[in-house]
Amino acid sequence: MTAPAPFIEVDNLVKHFPIRKGFFSSSEAGTVRAVDGISFTVARGETLGLVGESGCGKSTTGRLMLRLIDPTSGALRYDGTDLARVSPKQMRERRRELQIIFQDPFSSLNPRMTVESIICEPLVIHGIGNSASRRARAHELLDVVGLARSYANRYPHEFSGGQRQRIGIARALALRPQFIVCDEPVSALDVSIQAQVINLMQDLQKEFGLTYLFISHNLAVIRHIADRVAVMYLGKIVELTDKHSLYADPKHPYTQALLSAIPIANPDRKRQRVVLTGDVPSPINPPSGCHFHTRCPYAEARCKAIEPPLSDVGGGHQVACHLVQPSA
Amino acid sequence: MTDATVNEARFRLFLDRVRRSTLPRRLYKHRLFMTGLILFAIVLAMAFLAPLIAPHAPNQNNFRYRLGEPNATHWLGTDNFGRDVLSRVIYGSQVSLRIGFLVVVMNAVFGTLIGASAGYFRRLDNPIMRVMDGLMAFPAILLAIALAATLGPSEFNAVLALTVAYAPRTARIVRASVLVVREMDYVQAALASGAGHIRILFRHVLVNSMAPLLVQLTFIFAVAVLAEAVLSFIGVGPPPPTPTWGNIISEGRNYIREAPWISLFPGIAIAFTVLGLNLLGDGLRDVLDPRMKVETR
Repeated sequence: MTAPAPFIEVDNLVKHFPIRKGFFSSSEAGTVRAVDGISFTVARGETLGLVGESGCGKSTTGRLMLRLIDPTSGALRYDGTDLARVSPKQMRERRRELQIIFQDPFSSLNPRMTVESIICEPLVIHGIGNSASRRARAHELLDVVGLARSYANRYPHEFSGGQRQRIGIARALALRPQFIVCDEPVSALDVSIQAQVINLMQDLQKEFGLTYLFISHNLAVIRHIADRVAVMYLGKIVELTDKHSLYADPKHPYTQALLSAIPIANPDRKRQRVVLTGDVPSPINPPSGCHFHTRCPYAEARCKAIEPPLSDVGGGHQVACHLVQPSA
Repeated sequence: MTDATVNEARFRLFLDRVRRSTLPRRLYKHRLFMTGLILFAIVLAMAFLAPLIAPHAPNQNNFRYRLGEPNATHWLGTDNFGRDVLSRVIYGSQVSLRIGFLVVVMNAVFGTLIGASAGYFRRLDNPIMRVMDGLMAFPAILLAIALAATLGPSEFNAVLALTVAYAPRTARIVRASVLVVREMDYVQAALASGAGHIRILFRHVLVNSMAPLLVQLTFIFAVAVLAEAVLSFIGVGPPPPTPTWGNIISEGRNYIREAPWISLFPGIAIAFTVLGLNLLGDGLRDVLDPRMKVETR
């Protein structure tokens, strides 16, 4: 089997946000290392789950991949083109292929626009079709996401959270994109609505051959929708593998702690809890060596000094930890 | 069915719709807003209907009846040239409201332009807002007086001076709401779809930043009417004999003991207008955004 060129390749992507000191000086008081050198690939048609706790850089990663924010360094290759280096004009053209679905269904829709004009806006921007064909497309998209066509002339405030999320999905689909960043698309919804929206997203993936980057802090949701999962901690990926081996055999101590925190609906089942102590260190001044060593129950001297690289320990299971030996 | 009943039914339907739709209904139910609206409407009607309701020409002298007390022919008395005070106050409303309205329009245009540029384009923020801070360091009315005095007394210069004095405050308010709206996800969504800055600014950011501006503009209107009177009073507004409320008060100042009515009635007109506009603005603020507090000075 020859390895095909990956659809999306993220190579050592870095985003540092400068903290400015004063009004007049342009000197920097420090940097927030939101994303600190991450690399991964996404194959066409797959769903890569991205998990981690608040502030670990998940959303920043999603926004970097769409170049909604410019990376500090690193490469971002789609079909071989490095989007981190294309001109703004070319980037605008490429945006047809890349879309985003947001977490908050209330701030993601302009309250002064009708549903139809929200869904059609991407088409207007790229000058696709005339007003009649755009209206037809909006109706078609409303069908696709399971909303009545009669909603087209209503305003966002007339809808519930789940319905608004469907409108957001319809907008994302308008340009027939290939890749969609889903930034916690269901975490603001009720559990019953979450299932509906996720099933809708899976159906759409099958129907249109979409590729997803699915950002979430909900491990159960990730387990349901993702093919592979990347675990982030403090701006770095600590473990990246297919979802079966991640949930069955987590290697990194952080992943183990995360998974042991999932409640199990069986009071008799005994399980081992790995409880982490302390808080996540500040990304302004992250710990030396392995970022996790301050909270790791197994930390050794070398963890403090040397940063462990993300390396394959067999079967495509990538882990960034000194203590995990390759099994192959 | 007769035409009258059809019309009445239609009118009732219309009233019903007004009462049910949320924004007009909430404004309608807001007593202070309605009071302000009525007060302002009276002043507005006075300005528009001036040639019809004024009993005399505003600049018609009558030396036989100088400093006359209020009576049946001159309801509010006459001034030192024997001109009818009521007619002058009525015609004065035209100038005062025109200046107020132009200042509001200029503030809306320049305040939005400056504030939106500062709030949306981060690089421009510091340079623009520091200049605005510099202008705001002067008390607005002093700045307006200094500018009007430099430019020379005329209606246009008064508008210009008041715009320069108050636009920085409007700009600051627009900037504040633009800063909030530009971080909304729908702006990010438009960016992700490849929208340009102009489109984002006009279709997404500005339309959602208008509420505080609208409230601010009603206060600017009130302040401009008041400031126009100040400029006229000290002689840097529209030059006499143009009847403006400030001019009338100013001319009556020398006869305040013998004929207090000359200055009293334009003063009441100013108070009436400013009160109406302030109530209007307060009501708008309560309905559009209860959390908002606006500073006008």
